[in-house]
Amino acid sequence: MKFIDEFRDGTLAARIAARLAAEVETGRDYRFMEFCGGHTHAIARYGITDLLPTQVRMIHGPGCPVCVLPIGRIDQAIRLALTRDVMLCTYGDVMRVPASDGLSLQRAKGRGADIRMVYSAADALELARLHPERDVVFLAIGFETTTPPTALVVRQASLEGLGNFSVLCNHVLTPSAIAHILHSPDADLAGEQTASIDGFIGPAHVSIVIGYAPYEAFAHDYRKPVVIAGFEPLDVMQSILMLVRQVNQGRFEVENEFTRAVSRHGNQAAQAIIDEVLERRATFEWRGLGDVPHSALQIREPYAAFDAEKKYALDFSSVADHRQCDCGAILRGVKQPTDCRLFATVCTPENPMGSCMVSSEGACAAHYSYGRFRDIPVVSTPEPASTPATATTPAQTA
Amino acid sequence: MCLALPALVVALLDDDHATVDLDGIQKRVSIALTPDAGVGDYVIVHVGYAIGMLDPHEAQQTLDLFAELAESQMPVEPRPVT
Ligand code: SF4
Repeated sequence: MKFIDEFRDGTLAARIAARLAAEVETGRDYRFMEFCGGHTHAIARYGITDLLPTQVRMIHGPGCPVCVLPIGRIDQAIRLALTRDVMLCTYGDVMRVPASDGLSLQRAKGRGADIRMVYSAADALELARLHPERDVVFLAIGFETTTPPTALVVRQASLEGLGNFSVLCNHVLTPSAIAHILHSPDADLAGEQTASIDGFIGPAHVSIVIGYAPYEAFAHDYRKPVVIAGFEPLDVMQSILMLVRQVNQGRFEVENEFTRAVSRHGNQAAQAIIDEVLERRATFEWRGLGDVPHSALQIREPYAAFDAEKKYALDFSSVADHRQCDCGAILRGVKQPTDCRLFATVCTPENPMGSCMVSSEGACAAHYSYGRFRDIPVVSTPEPASTPATATTPAQTA
Repeated sequence: MCLALPALVVALLDDDHATVDLDGIQKRVSIALTPDAGVGDYVIVHVGYAIGMLDPHEAQQTLDLFAELAESQMPVEPRPVT
């Protein structure tokens, strides 16, 4: 596929790896967080960890929208679907996230709730048009990438006067989450420390919408370099090299590797529609990070008729994660999937115990699918394998 | 969750929609968020919506940068596969 295959060239990946090996300074560690699940997925899938010098360590961040949704929010949607006779529509990945009482949206469906998987927010709106006799609720989740379509359907429903449509809005904001991680590097977050980080790989598709200007303040304030990177393996390798150079030179700037799609101020049309329909919540609970001020969006007053939280007078109560699930610590970057006792035994993608095992962008699912076999020591030397970065199956995630 | 792919706009349709070509597969997507997109442009499609444009010139420059890096550096020892 054009603009994808070229960015997966294994020979070039090896060259960038050689550059990295030549430029890292001995006696120094480089700890970089890839904020996005899309990068986590690429790093696992293309074996990028194997191409990095030993001093460079990648730490997974909380940028997986399904992973950071707390149990309480899924419970809210399940309650709505089970007790209020609504048709609840949502994106596929959300269906299997474990909630309270051994339920998930998928299991609630098995108990008779009308829950539908949609590909797009527009599909949920279409269901409301097709079923005027039913109340249709769209459970909207995701970072800034996924937010503009939600805002568009709310405005469209309002224009059409579709009284049977509403949105349960759980959209979250990337810069607030990064700032939160940086703000409390030594503070005690839910009993454990957050990881110390030398720089960030910044989001790809989120930044198409918001631009790279929103990262400038914290790069400066917290003196941490940020490199906005595309989701292909060469993009990731190149951005790690750019981060190493910034660290070596004592710089802490926002640099843009993903120039083919990201500008400083982003997509103005998309920002305008978000701003018209949605506003910041005072606070929002994230799985792993706890309450983060101004980190999520809710529907503005003029569109209140389409806000499911108001329409059904829903309240939110916080619910603790499964006791043995380490998702929270993994999302803060202080633990790895293999640190969890349930990993690949009790908890698998077929039977996830925590949210990080559900979506392919989740750290546990990515490690389960692509990285797990590296943990097993190789006894005999195999045939020289092809460079991991040459796979050509199209897949790209944010 | 956030699958997004570059696609070529092949026709403009009514209601802020367009037909795009995704590696040979034609799809109808919304271009309400990319009002400047026209036939022949590449857009980045996410959950049925074009969320931004892709600049082919910038893409080429990034690739040139990789190529330059490849040419100017010393030969690469193949790393042992572990
Ligand atoms: S392996 Fe499963 S239970 Fe353990 S942290 Fe990951 S998602 Fe949670």
